[in-house]
Amino acid sequence: MNSEMAVCANALSKFYQDKKALDSLSFEIEMGSLFGFIGPDGAGKTSLFRILNSLLIPDGGTASILGFDTVKDYKQIRRIIGYMPGRFSLYQDLTVEENLKFFAGIFKTTIKENYHLIEDIYRHIEPFKNRKAGKLSGGMKQKLALSCALIHKPEVLILDEPTTGVDAVSRGEFWEMLQKLKTQNITILVSTPYMDEASLCDEVALMQEGKIMQRATPERIIEAFNETLWSVQSDKMFELLSHLSSFPEIRLVYRSGDHICFIPRKQSVEEKNLLAYLENLGHQSVKLKQIKPTIEDSFIYQMQTQN
Amino acid sequence: MRTVIFILQKEFRQIFRDKIMLPIIFIVPVVQLLILSYTATFEIKNTRIVIVDQDHSQASRELVFHFESSSFFKVVARQQNYQQASEWLQNGDADQLIVIEADFEKKIKTNQPAKVLLVTDAINGSAASLMNAYAQQVIQGFNKNLLAEQIPLQNKPIQIKVEPLFWYNPKLNYITYMVPGILVLLVTIIGFFLSGMNIVKEKEMGTIEQINVTPIKKWQFITGKLLPFWLIALFDLVFGLGIAKVVFNIPFLGSFPLLMGVAAVYLLVVLAMGLLVSNLSDTMQQSMFISWFFLVIFILMSGLFTPIESMPEWAQWFNKINPIAYFITINRMIMLKGSGFSDFSESFYVLSAYAILILMLAVNRYKKVKA
Repeated sequence: MNSEMAVCANALSKFYQDKKALDSLSFEIEMGSLFGFIGPDGAGKTSLFRILNSLLIPDGGTASILGFDTVKDYKQIRRIIGYMPGRFSLYQDLTVEENLKFFAGIFKTTIKENYHLIEDIYRHIEPFKNRKAGKLSGGMKQKLALSCALIHKPEVLILDEPTTGVDAVSRGEFWEMLQKLKTQNITILVSTPYMDEASLCDEVALMQEGKIMQRATPERIIEAFNETLWSVQSDKMFELLSHLSSFPEIRLVYRSGDHICFIPRKQSVEEKNLLAYLENLGHQSVKLKQIKPTIEDSFIYQMQTQN
Repeated sequence: MRTVIFILQKEFRQIFRDKIMLPIIFIVPVVQLLILSYTATFEIKNTRIVIVDQDHSQASRELVFHFESSSFFKVVARQQNYQQASEWLQNGDADQLIVIEADFEKKIKTNQPAKVLLVTDAINGSAASLMNAYAQQVIQGFNKNLLAEQIPLQNKPIQIKVEPLFWYNPKLNYITYMVPGILVLLVTIIGFFLSGMNIVKEKEMGTIEQINVTPIKKWQFITGKLLPFWLIALFDLVFGLGIAKVVFNIPFLGSFPLLMGVAAVYLLVVLAMGLLVSNLSDTMQQSMFISWFFLVIFILMSGLFTPIESMPEWAQWFNKINPIAYFITINRMIMLKGSGFSDFSESFYVLSAYAILILMLAVNRYKKVKA
């Protein structure tokens, strides 16, 4: 076991009846890293996080946080981690301040002692400190949950889909806060189904069906993407997707925002042929151009092709 | 220890912030005591009787008069024959028929046994036997008068005279008997349900997830969950005793601290059972059903309504694990008899052992980790 590492997992497996949630997962995460687990629902992210924070016992393999085994040393683990479950799990009938005080209290600390850690986050909700947690908006709930997870100065922060169900502005703010927390030398593990958030992590792991399919820095992932990517728009966007997917030279088609992306089978596609094909099917004002791939494109490509 | 205080502070905040909580604590005891104490009674008053007097003699009229002047009976009709009278019974308009045969007086005068037919609606068996017994008492009273009138000059026959003395409840007041039991019922229901709903509520809300990743120890968590309801239930007992004194003037012969001491141990059993149910359930609905299942069995077998002594032997054995039965017995002993500790020490030790056992089980069944 490498004590330099914040988190180590060694052949972790977990089954629910006969369904495999985690399939012999191994990885290491460096100290002070902001590490993202990206993957669709059911990829095993929550099971993995529950094992890491000692709430779930794996069926096979071991995991450790800062050298503490998640099964044997669960007592130490619970002192050094901060956990934010995917579902809002604070007391809705207690006020913002009461929740924070309670969690500070059971970790034998005070709000004052660690206020510097949560200041940037808590400042946003402090004006509402006498409001009941159940009456907060989604973004504010998330800030309160993060404050409560941080109040005991954890060394590793585990955030399970913290931005799910939160508006775009709050999501942006939330990631800014995580970047700031990194400067406090806290290792952060975060899972998300939103691929666009991947580029905000130091390193990401793409998870699907209980396995890590790829793991690298966001830059490396884009570099490793060897395909050409095209974007198409026309006046009949609805039909465009199915028309493109039946074009023989195209390997993969998907919708991305207000345009449709495709990856050709060969390195390039005959533009003329494709334009003629589309005009033949009644599309007008077709815009076709090659674009730079993002990390999202890389993930979609991998998930689709490895299936 | 500070951790426990933080948990307690949180629990009390949540309890008193719950809008339904104050009515549960203050109104439920009042309503239960006032309603149940008056209605949960086996006393039979105003038994509706139909008289069929086929004799129309002085003797028969005198017998009817005996019934009329008893507060237990109310003559609702007089009929000429048995068929007409039995229709009253059939329609549920009467509870009992008293049929006096035609040569009633003649037989009395000639020293032959005279007959009276007593027909009772026995759908409710225990009520029927009571009505029957009351009616026989009235007829016996009539009989005695008759003997006294007929043979006034003869030497009185040597007879065994039974002089009933009812101890602890001299007026055979049913409310005096019921209220101590209902008090037990009250604190049991409040304690069992409040604790039974509590942990499972945290499960349903998801808050248990956040608690489980903290270094809170099992015993701290359980203590924090138990203590508030323990105090509420003890408060309700005192509150209920106050109502019993003010409204019903129930005697309290024994020692108040002694009763509170036993109640303190008893409530640990009840609350720990509630917590155990809560730990084993995943939803509040499950917890509700399991709690009801056990409570109904425990209450009906507890001897609150029917004496344990008249239950079949297996039921009496079952009651050895029925905490409610122990406490009802002890509570009646302390309140009505003024019993001291030595009178029920054995039951108290059983309750104590019970409390320790169930508490350990409840702490043990609370799992912070899932396999």
